[in-house]
Amino acid sequence: MRQLFRFKGGVEPATHKELSAQAPIAAAPLPAILVVPLHQSIGGPARPLVRAGERVKKGQRIGAADKWVSSAVHAPTSGTVLAVEERVAAHPSGLPTLSAVIEPDGEDAWIERAPLDPAALSPERVREILRDAGVVGLGGAVFPSHVKTEAARATPMEELVINGAECEPFMTCDDRLMRERAGDIARGVAIFRDLLRPRRVLIGVEDNKPEAISALRAAIGAIGEDFAVVPVPTRYPAGGAKQLIRALTGKEVPANRRSPEMGVQCFNVGTARAAFRAVAFGEPVISRVVTLTGNVEAPRNWEIRLGTPLREILPLMRPKADTDRYLMGGPMMGFELPSLDAPVIKATNCVIAGSPALFPPPAPEMPCIRCGSCAQACPHELQPFELYWFARARNFGKAQEYQLFDCIECGCCAYVCPSRIPLVQYFRFAKSEIWSRERDKKAADAAKARFERRNAREERDRIEKAERLARAAAAKAAAGAPTDAEADAEAAKKAAIAAAMERAQAQREKENARSKNTGDMIGAREKEIAETEERQAALPARRETASGVKTPDMQKEQEP
Amino acid sequence: MLAAILIMALGAVILGAALGYASIRFRVEGNPLVEKIEAILPQTQCGQCGYPGCKPYAEAIAEGEADINRCPPGGQEGVAKLADLLGREIQPLDVEARPPQVALIDERFCIGCTLCIQACPVEAIVGAAKQMHTVVGALCTGCELCMKPCPVECIRMEPIREKIDTWKWKYPVFALRPASPANSPANSPANSPAASLERAA
Repeated sequence: MRQLFRFKGGVEPATHKELSAQAPIAAAPLPAILVVPLHQSIGGPARPLVRAGERVKKGQRIGAADKWVSSAVHAPTSGTVLAVEERVAAHPSGLPTLSAVIEPDGEDAWIERAPLDPAALSPERVREILRDAGVVGLGGAVFPSHVKTEAARATPMEELVINGAECEPFMTCDDRLMRERAGDIARGVAIFRDLLRPRRVLIGVEDNKPEAISALRAAIGAIGEDFAVVPVPTRYPAGGAKQLIRALTGKEVPANRRSPEMGVQCFNVGTARAAFRAVAFGEPVISRVVTLTGNVEAPRNWEIRLGTPLREILPLMRPKADTDRYLMGGPMMGFELPSLDAPVIKATNCVIAGSPALFPPPAPEMPCIRCGSCAQACPHELQPFELYWFARARNFGKAQEYQLFDCIECGCCAYVCPSRIPLVQYFRFAKSEIWSRERDKKAADAAKARFERRNAREERDRIEKAERLARAAAAKAAAGAPTDAEADAEAAKKAAIAAAMERAQAQREKENARSKNTGDMIGAREKEIAETEERQAALPARRETASGVKTPDMQKEQEP
Repeated sequence: MLAAILIMALGAVILGAALGYASIRFRVEGNPLVEKIEAILPQTQCGQCGYPGCKPYAEAIAEGEADINRCPPGGQEGVAKLADLLGREIQPLDVEARPPQVALIDERFCIGCTLCIQACPVEAIVGAAKQMHTVVGALCTGCELCMKPCPVECIRMEPIREKIDTWKWKYPVFALRPASPANSPANSPANSPAASLERAA
């Protein structure tokens, strides 16, 4: 028997998993419209590859990964792109995000898929396939998987942890996936194993899922691998990556470090299956298993196409009459969906219909009595009551000193708080406020740098101009006070110019004399010519005075 | 008696020499307070404080010439930070603070005069003579200095819209609602955006 370690804290809320765990996963019908957000992973948004009016096939890439930490997005069915525009996102803010709106044509026709043998491919090629197939962490964190399959250079990879704990109440999508598609999961784990080359592979499953554990063991035995399926005690949040790593390996990931630096990497079971489908069948991530549960008539797990609006899945879950809201994710960490138009995305593992009876409105917040219950429940060994105080007072520097950013927002502290303080709300507020300030600070520093560069450039230009003028002035001054030799040369030049001008004058006079050409004319003729010349001389002057009065017309007349 | 005076005098000379040397050797260039003040200012270089840029204003504050409440882009929070740093009283802003904004050039009317480019303190406008200009939105600090020089008035300010990447969780506030038997304060703190959903039939 493997030694198990305990993570500190945690809570044991009612699981409500029995609601949806019994029925097998069903395929959701094709919706009337699909709204596929292009930014569905941590990292850069995907670059849109389609335009309105274009026809797409099922599985066609509609958004390309822009950077290394980014992931592609695909058309969930064949049809026509109606628009690529801002649509409401499945996000607590309810703000819109760039999405491709696709009208299905009902044929559901695949693009050409290229099935490959994962064992025959180079690791680089596999990572490329994962990126282009849009494989991201399907546990809800949506971190691009191809980035996670690069081992840290300094530390050898010791353990690969596969997360099948699924600790959130109500949620059973991973449970059903492990029961029904254990073979795909095991082969997907083998792909990750080949990329990371760890010494051992541990699959952690909470001990309230015995069917999933036996199904996984059978599937692993069938493909002849030695992955260990380890039941972990049912205690929220055992499915947190750091908590599961702690429980299975005893390793604690320090603040501001990542698990690969400790020789551990962690993937969700759904991610492993998606990776296997992507490599071995060429099927990108276009749908996922979603638990529809809560205050509904028909709780069940459904395989739903990404981009299906909440409105379209309501008939599947049949919410009861007193349903007043829908949560995405579990009741501990999830958020209220802002609208019925919000689509299913890669992070949507569960949609819970809420009612005042199921989730009673919270009692009013009371003052903190510093009882310390939250510190005992915190799985990260933080001190939520101190963090709460600093966040409430907007003392963000102090909050960071108390490791606010180690908080995984699991909600254990708020769950146990006898004063019913919404602690996580305060922590989320403080985190986003700190991020926003850091953004502003960065922008201010960049603006200052540009301002200073601009001033320096203007100063340089001014100095250069002043120098240029000074040089020109100096040259002029030098010309004003010539030496003897220069003066002689100057005098000679002047004399030469004067002589040349004299010669030219003489020449002109001679030509004038010749041009009159009056040598052999009689007196009367000579007089006539002289008069004409006089008139001619007077004429231009008259014309000028005239043109001075009415220039435009005169010019027009003269031009032709 | 004389020995005591000599010893004291010698001590004074040695210590004076040491202090004199230290004041030259460890001299601090510039006023370190100015840098601290400048770090708080938002670096929009807008000149609304009456000084040509954030640094001159910081210098004026450090000298005690200027009040700390003259920076509208910094907002009331900036005033509070300055008051904290300088040990002065918090004062209300003397100009109204405005929401973050960004300049936008209507490119149909731009004549390419480059006047706005010369006015922009943070080099956020690109363009060339007789070519259309445009504002690089990510670099614009919204200082409005480009609006006045534009001869065709084709520059306007747009408020910056909240986006998903820049959206912030709000401070937890509990809305007061009239008590009703069916649905008393239904504002769940764990799921704050209390956008009302359509009731499913």
